[in-house]
Amino acid sequence: MSWIPVTDEDRREMLAAIGVDSVDDLFAVIPESLRMRGWDVPPGLSEMALRAHLSAMAGRNRTDLVCFLGGGYYDHFIPAAVDALTSRSEFYTAYTPYQPEAAQGTLQSIYEYQSALCRLTDLECANASLYDGGTAVFEAATMACRITRRSRIVVDASLNPSWRVMLSTHAANLPMEIVEGTDPENAACVIVQNPSFLGDLKDFTRLAEDCHAAGALLIMAFNPVSLGMVKTPGAMGADIAVAEGQGLGLPLGFGGPYLGMLAARKEHIRKMPGRIAGETVDKEGRRGFVLTLQAREQHIRREKANSNICSNQALCALRTLAHLSLLGPEGLREVAEACHAKAEYLKARLADFVQMLNVGPTFNEFAARLPLPAGDAAALLLERGFLAGLPLAALDAGGPNDLLIAVTEKRTRAELDAFADALKEICDAAHL
Amino acid sequence: MRLIFEKSRKGRRAVTFEPLDVPPACLPEELRRKKAATLPEVGEFDVVRHFTHLSRRNFGLDSHFYPLGSCTMKYNPKVAETVAAEPGFAALHPHLSSEEAYAAACQGALGLVHELERILAEVGGMRAACLQPMAGAHGELAGALLIAAYHRDRGNTGKRVILVPDSAHGTNPASAAMAGFDVVEIPSTPAGLVDVEKFRAAMNENVAGVMLTCPNTHGLFEPDVAEIAAMAHAVDALLYYDGANLNAIVGKCRPGDLGFDVMHFNLHKTFATPHGMGGPGSGAIAVGEKLLDYLPGPRVVERDGAFALETPPKSIGRMAPFFGNFLIGVRAYAYLRHYGGDGLPAVAENAVLNANYVLARLRGAYQPAFAGTCMHECVLTAAAQAAKGARALDIAKALLDRGCHAPTVYFPLTVKECLMIEPTETESLETLDAFCADMLEIAQLVDESPETLRAAPVTLPVSRLDEVKAAKDLNCASLG
Repeated sequence: MSWIPVTDEDRREMLAAIGVDSVDDLFAVIPESLRMRGWDVPPGLSEMALRAHLSAMAGRNRTDLVCFLGGGYYDHFIPAAVDALTSRSEFYTAYTPYQPEAAQGTLQSIYEYQSALCRLTDLECANASLYDGGTAVFEAATMACRITRRSRIVVDASLNPSWRVMLSTHAANLPMEIVEGTDPENAACVIVQNPSFLGDLKDFTRLAEDCHAAGALLIMAFNPVSLGMVKTPGAMGADIAVAEGQGLGLPLGFGGPYLGMLAARKEHIRKMPGRIAGETVDKEGRRGFVLTLQAREQHIRREKANSNICSNQALCALRTLAHLSLLGPEGLREVAEACHAKAEYLKARLADFVQMLNVGPTFNEFAARLPLPAGDAAALLLERGFLAGLPLAALDAGGPNDLLIAVTEKRTRAELDAFADALKEICDAAHL
Repeated sequence: MRLIFEKSRKGRRAVTFEPLDVPPACLPEELRRKKAATLPEVGEFDVVRHFTHLSRRNFGLDSHFYPLGSCTMKYNPKVAETVAAEPGFAALHPHLSSEEAYAAACQGALGLVHELERILAEVGGMRAACLQPMAGAHGELAGALLIAAYHRDRGNTGKRVILVPDSAHGTNPASAAMAGFDVVEIPSTPAGLVDVEKFRAAMNENVAGVMLTCPNTHGLFEPDVAEIAAMAHAVDALLYYDGANLNAIVGKCRPGDLGFDVMHFNLHKTFATPHGMGGPGSGAIAVGEKLLDYLPGPRVVERDGAFALETPPKSIGRMAPFFGNFLIGVRAYAYLRHYGGDGLPAVAENAVLNANYVLARLRGAYQPAFAGTCMHECVLTAAAQAAKGARALDIAKALLDRGCHAPTVYFPLTVKECLMIEPTETESLETLDAFCADMLEIAQLVDESPETLRAAPVTLPVSRLDEVKAAKDLNCASLG
């Protein structure tokens, strides 16, 4: 086997040192009746054959399409340096930083990631990342229950419907009541999303005040790219802000790995789930970083822990940090403004022949009602090289003809025009 | 080292974009951000050099031996990185799977999910697997939620308890609690095994499930596992297999055949996807007959020669928006296909061989916590060394000075001054010998001058860090 270096001679020497005759002797403790009796796992492939096989599988997926598909996950530009830096094996083959002196690279990058997230959201503390946006929503909800000692979770219709399902799945067996709406009375929290799943931008400042008056927290899911131009969760009065970080330097990857972001007001830091890196000094007074407040965590408090989370998405958080460092404040603003301007341009072009469903301002994504089923339109546009958007009926988030369309900075005016022309043709044909 | 924020210079930047090719658009004033985020203003070379320097302050598996017990830090094959970077996987939008009209555009990826889940189920001796859970602990939670759904569906509302051995990973009790269960701890015997009599005494109609790691975190195979399974099943309690230590038995025996009803795989442990400084991992689960209908959905199924999606009839819902950490799945699939069914047993054989070799070499200087052979990891106690003035932590730091990552220390909690060593199958005899030589030299130092160990590490960018100060004078972010 390529990845096992033990030779027959090594094996003989090692067995002699152990004092047994064969490797089988080391497995004697497994009762005979419980041993393997054959299985249906295909035989091994050489590296050459393996690469050909996986290239062929990858080739059966279409990545030649001009992408207008979003729904929470976006086709943003990623600078080459992000891949180059996160491909350094000192990062990607390292373990959780339990030996801080040997993991200052990891720990400082986590501290810097936390700092970048706080600066982005206008909140004062952040954890070192969660699995994805949906699990971040669930962790934020349980955090709100711990803080308020209440169990009612109020979820606004603006929240990504997949995350809403994930919240219910994760909370199914907990004493937690999940209701729809925005009424903060007796609630642990109200969860909103800005921009909403359908793209609407709102100012939730009043709702935050109402929540606080009622003793509830406001949890706001945000699109991190939007914060290049949009009012921040902190400025609106949110207590906890959560996000899917994919848009900041992570490839779409057919669903992951992604990045769950979670930031909060500083008074809540001890109720947060997950890893937190903190600054300290060594014996000579040099600055260094360690994992801190570990008494909240599962390896110390076991069933009383804030969460069962023990791994994080540190490599994904590093991608985000490198991405944000490369963009800087100006670059992030330019990306956000380009997404917004291009989406507005397409919206204006489409408004001539389809009904727009958003009543107020939007950021990079909007919903349209077509004169034909959105799935049919998507199939026709696929033939013309476009990934049209997300038919909302697929997620029970709209009617059969409703399509959610996303635009990123990567789309050119020529692509926007070509897409509008193609959709117009299809809509005109549907009217006939 | 200075923070990236401290290298910022107003007006400096790395990435520039094409001029906007559409008219600019404006948001209403009240929705606009008032002041730009104080992100670093740095050039590309600043960023590259900063993170390159940071990377050099890390022990990675590619640069350092990492004998961490229960963590299975084995070689991360490079071909897995290459195939996961294929644009056909990396650039693929996940919502292609949400809409039927797009199914034709992602058949390769759906096929990979389907085949990987099938192989995982086969490796586990289970009926079906699901890639959704995004980490081992997330898989545990998924499993506990499946157990809850199973009992709820059968009207067994009294089943509120999950039994967990005291040697279990902390995630087991935490996951059970997050799934709404009460946790009852089962003590280990002095030999490091589940105490079967105490287990029998704790088993009753209120028990919903049992979470076991086998081999356990003492590095020992539970010889009574079949009896434990029978006792649990007698009251319709389900058995959860914590796959953290699956590397020890992969291809030798299967959790499903041992009597387990649900399990998770740590793809980053058994199937060698990189640990990534603590993530992303992947905690795919697999289930037997009883839990098949409750699996998270939607699932990839093969229908008329094409891959499509279907949600199991009593599905618990979604643990992830799509197929978990898909690109980690691609890496694990590459690993599994490279070894194949014929090659996989060699993984466990050589992992167990290497662990027992280290145990044999070290047993003169350090006290083994338990008698006899071990599986993939050996557990030692440094209690004798601690009595002489150098604790397990000091030994760990002395290893760092010798360019070796420390073993797992102070876990499991059941062993005093615990040193838990898992060399894995991908380390050579020369590496193991060098490690043993370091450990023996350190043991000698403990006898001669334990105070030198308490000063370790001295060769790293920082010496021992003040963890108390970090918690007391909490500084978790530079806010600018």
